[in-house]
Amino acid sequence: MTNPLFSVRDVAKYYGGRIGCADVSFDLYPGEVMGIVGESGSGKSTLLNCLAGHLTPDAGQILFDTRTGGVRDTREMSEPERRMLSRTDWAFVHQHARDGLRMSVSAGGNVGERLMAVGARRYDTIRAQAIDWLGRVEIDESRIDDRPTAFSGGMQQRLQIARNLVTGPRLVFMDEPTGGLDVSVQARLLDLLRSLVREMGLSAIIVTHDLAVVRLLADRLMVMKSGYVVEAGLTDQVLDDPQHAYTQLLVSSVLQV
Amino acid sequence: MIRLENVSKTFTLHNQNSAVIQVMQGASFTVTAGECVALTGNSGAGKSTLMRMIYGNYLAASGAIWIGDTDVAKAQPREIIALRRETLGYVSQFLRVVPRVATVDVVAEPLLMTGTPFETAHAKARDLLTRLNIPQTLWDLSPMTFSGGEQQRVNIARGFVRDYPALLLDEPTASLDATNRETVLTLIEEAKTRGTAIVGIFHDHPARERVADREIDVSQFSPKQVA
Repeated sequence: MTNPLFSVRDVAKYYGGRIGCADVSFDLYPGEVMGIVGESGSGKSTLLNCLAGHLTPDAGQILFDTRTGGVRDTREMSEPERRMLSRTDWAFVHQHARDGLRMSVSAGGNVGERLMAVGARRYDTIRAQAIDWLGRVEIDESRIDDRPTAFSGGMQQRLQIARNLVTGPRLVFMDEPTGGLDVSVQARLLDLLRSLVREMGLSAIIVTHDLAVVRLLADRLMVMKSGYVVEAGLTDQVLDDPQHAYTQLLVSSVLQV
Repeated sequence: MIRLENVSKTFTLHNQNSAVIQVMQGASFTVTAGECVALTGNSGAGKSTLMRMIYGNYLAASGAIWIGDTDVAKAQPREIIALRRETLGYVSQFLRVVPRVATVDVVAEPLLMTGTPFETAHAKARDLLTRLNIPQTLWDLSPMTFSGGEQQRVNIARGFVRDYPALLLDEPTASLDATNRETVLTLIEEAKTRGTAIVGIFHDHPARERVADREIDVSQFSPKQVA
């Protein structure tokens, strides 16, 4: 039996007396994609930021099965170790591509920068890999020297994905990756994410409020309300046979197209 | 291959005064390899509910649902996903796909997920699409724009592309013309010969007579109504 790639135990984050998230525990296995849904204010983004090390949780353990050092609690890592992890084995796709890109650097530079951060030095190989990745996310090679400011929202989001995945991470955090994009662009991005997850065997944690997105992308689902996980399970089971009152309300509130 | 033991199902409607509806109790039966069992009963008797529980789509309230050596009623999500990938196929009445993905890729996907080489998977997909009379001009288009009957056939192709040891069929011959219906029935017979255990819902009587070895009336599992 394989071991979990990522284990979360009793993670909590408080904002003063208010609960950001509390009592969150789960195991994520290699190749698994987990969705986290809930309305705004339910604590899903707080949780994701705690897991990815952007926020410091007030309690709990966040264990990651590192390539070289075995299972480590990321909260106990040194800052350089955590930075190294976040640009090698981890990736974070922001809702707003501008938060994940360097807007003053060319598209190729955005992709190449992450490679250089892990030690790539030869210009021609870096550029070749950048071209390869732009192709994979369906950005024309001729745009490699353009800055992301000249890209549409959908292209920026695809560039952000290329920048994140070029180093071959094993765990990807995504915060509303399709939010703010129009539906035709969303569909294209979903298709792209699905095939990349399958080809690269990625594990991913996707925060979204869009139930249709999790149905297509996530194997399993956690539903959050007021900082707590109220229901978790297989994605289609949670959506088609919800057990908790809040999940039932959430599922029945979706407009049919 | 498929064994149900004392399965029951309740729905709790929290947002409607927490009404608890008991819909099934004491459902027990076995389907062996190469056997096809038809679920019968009036509309609302729980045929689809039972089938969805076997697939892990609905959560059983109690009892055990064994597919090989996995108990779907208690398995972890990743165990059910592995089961669906390797062992348990399902042809539902509705096609659910990612927009923009070509029909031939939709059909080949279950093979690609289990590591079949791209060319082999696509050859098998093309073969099934041909047998099910999906015109070749449509193969590179997304099935979302297809007619109901065409979508149903794409769904069937996807369900039969892999030789699953266990297969669930929800009205596989509904909305099909005579030729395609014949093809689907042949596909079912071929699967049985290979040793697939099948549970099906067939409103099409002659089809049921032809492929089913046994019928199970689901209404016998309805809870006794207390007046």
